[in-house]
Amino acid sequence: MDAPLNLVLFSGTDDRLNAAAVLAAGAAALGRPVNVFLQYWALDAFRADRIGADHGLAPEAGEAGRRAVDALREAGQVTWADTLRQVKGLGGIDIQACSLSMDLLHITEADLDPLVDGVEGVTAFYLNAGDGPVTFI
Amino acid sequence: MTITTTTADEIVDARGLSCPMPIVKTATLFRTLEAGKTVEVLATDPGSVKDFAAWARSTGNQLIASTQEGSVYRFLIQKS
Repeated sequence: MDAPLNLVLFSGTDDRLNAAAVLAAGAAALGRPVNVFLQYWALDAFRADRIGADHGLAPEAGEAGRRAVDALREAGQVTWADTLRQVKGLGGIDIQACSLSMDLLHITEADLDPLVDGVEGVTAFYLNAGDGPVTFI
Repeated sequence: MTITTTTADEIVDARGLSCPMPIVKTATLFRTLEAGKTVEVLATDPGSVKDFAAWARSTGNQLIASTQEGSVYRFLIQKS
């Protein structure tokens, strides 16, 4: 199982980011390399000053979805950011910010949470993706 | 088969944690564990039954026991 898991994160809502963190965790636990490329609103959610904020849910969640997510969190579910921090402890995960999105949001590397390993363009992302599938979330 | 806590070298208490944190905590411990050592994992996530079987098979570690007592799942895993 050497082909990396390649996740392109676009959405910045907590539910999608949590789903992505769970996928990354499962792959990393199996020793599979994980490449994460942060674009647009997902990148915005990784700003150091707001990574712990409430990032809302995807529109399809609705009110019932909001209540279900809140209940799980109150029961002690780990946040997506904390999940990713623990995955870092396993090694093998690389989180890169899309340089175009950095320009769009007018942010620099210093604005990002330490979870983010660096900034790269899409060509570098594809190079690291190798033969593994690319999943857009 | 009942596994008591005294049979394992290490314990991972992942009770109350949702998927995939029981596996992540266990995999993190296994990174620095010596070969031959055993770990007992306690979890309440129902998905952990299939997850630990798959994880052990994929990583080559030995799932010695997988049992359930009430709402708690117990796994005994030996590092290969």
